[in-house]
Amino acid sequence: MQRLNTASRARSDQSLLVRVAWGLGSIAGFLLFWEVMALIIQHRHLPTPTVVFSAMMRELASGELLYHIGVTLYRVVIAFAVAMLIGSSIGIFLGRNARADRFFDSWLILFLNLPALVIIILCYVWFGRTEVAAITAVAVNKIPNVAVTVREGARSLSRDLAEMAHMYRFGRWKTLRHVTLPQLAPFFLASARTGLSLVWKIVLVVELLGRSNGVGFQLGTYFQMFDVSMILAYALAFIILVQLIEFGILQPIAARVNRWRR
Amino acid sequence: MAPLNDTPAGALKIRVKRKIYPASGVRAEQPVLKDIAIDIEPRSFVVLTGPSGCGKSTLLNIIAGLDSEYEGEVALGGPDTRLGYIFQSPRLLPWRTVYENIALALPDGDARHGRIEDMLRQVGLEGFSSQYPERLSLGMQRRAALARGFITEPDVLLMDEPFVSLDDPTAQGLRELLIGLWNRRPTTVIFVTHDRAESVMLGTRILRMSGTNATIVQDETVRLSPSERTDRDKVLAEQRRIFRET
Repeated sequence: MQRLNTASRARSDQSLLVRVAWGLGSIAGFLLFWEVMALIIQHRHLPTPTVVFSAMMRELASGELLYHIGVTLYRVVIAFAVAMLIGSSIGIFLGRNARADRFFDSWLILFLNLPALVIIILCYVWFGRTEVAAITAVAVNKIPNVAVTVREGARSLSRDLAEMAHMYRFGRWKTLRHVTLPQLAPFFLASARTGLSLVWKIVLVVELLGRSNGVGFQLGTYFQMFDVSMILAYALAFIILVQLIEFGILQPIAARVNRWRR
Repeated sequence: MAPLNDTPAGALKIRVKRKIYPASGVRAEQPVLKDIAIDIEPRSFVVLTGPSGCGKSTLLNIIAGLDSEYEGEVALGGPDTRLGYIFQSPRLLPWRTVYENIALALPDGDARHGRIEDMLRQVGLEGFSSQYPERLSLGMQRRAALARGFITEPDVLLMDEPFVSLDDPTAQGLRELLIGLWNRRPTTVIFVTHDRAESVMLGTRILRMSGTNATIVQDETVRLSPSERTDRDKVLAEQRRIFRET
């Protein structure tokens, strides 16, 4: 048993190495393609990666990049947390309550299909161009997605395990922690992963339309100057950050949540 | 479930006048149980037997309080009867280790390390306490389910064909384990099985159910001493007597 575990760990280490190598190779290939295309086309609106990279370094040195990324990240984290909390609660409630689900299902579909931009505009019009309005707009965009995903999980909760928990007198808290939440964990994770990419894109729009800092605001500013290298520098910096969150936080959590699987 | 204050813990009085599965979709309503009256003494090992699908598990769920849609009454002796239920599938939490699965069945203050380790030893799972259930064989998962059922020291332990879909030696080993656990700590057991040999080997009393709208058709005391229960010939002879097999 022990040897088998070590062997499979070694195999997964190796496959991780292979995956990383493929990933790096693929990125290098893309940068090369970009560089060549930019050199061929020779237009100031298509800077080479080298130019974008030096723009990024300049912005990093001045402190601007870190400041605006920090502000955006703060908004992403708050909006994400609010959306996960409220969306999960709605999802669990609807998944466990067939009558409420029948009634609120069309509401959910309505909100799912409401364009992000409309929600953002309405939030700014109704609550003013404030931080709260901005974060509310992002959260409201994400909540229906979380609710729908988590509702699926709540619908499929095992009755067998619920009966077991009842017979062994788990009580409310123990049942939630050891029986219900572990069954919902894959659904939380799925909505967290799709959520992160959705939320940060919407945060940029919110910043563009009504905030005076953050990556979205900077993109707007550089758009007015037609400074494409700076726009790409900010976009790339944020993509890198989101990938770091994915690999550094979400994937380790996923591995931990799934460690019991065969 | 009403308490029976004048009777000791572990005693049961079961009256099921009628149990019907209501019509759903194209299926018409289906009567399952009728006129069942059973009184059970504390520390008896009662086996409910009968053909598959005759409503044994339904009756067990009624006794457990998991199914309350029936006409009748189930009364439990003693002030606060503790029930245990060992299900047909082990129903372990796959995301908790064997140890945690057993510890969770105990009230928080009672989950002492020594007690759980001791129980794991009794069911032959020492060394597997930190394993996740899905990495164990079905036989070992059933051992863990037995440990969980016994560690709470229930007044009444309900068991629903806990040894099905095991190969014969494994099932036999688990039956012997169950006899050992029960002798060490006799408790009221209601054990459902369709396996006649199993019912004779384990039970002190056998209740046979029969019919599509089932009721108890035979109530028999098993005349075997504890040591005779592991003797295949003695079990077979008793099986022939009770089930009138030739």
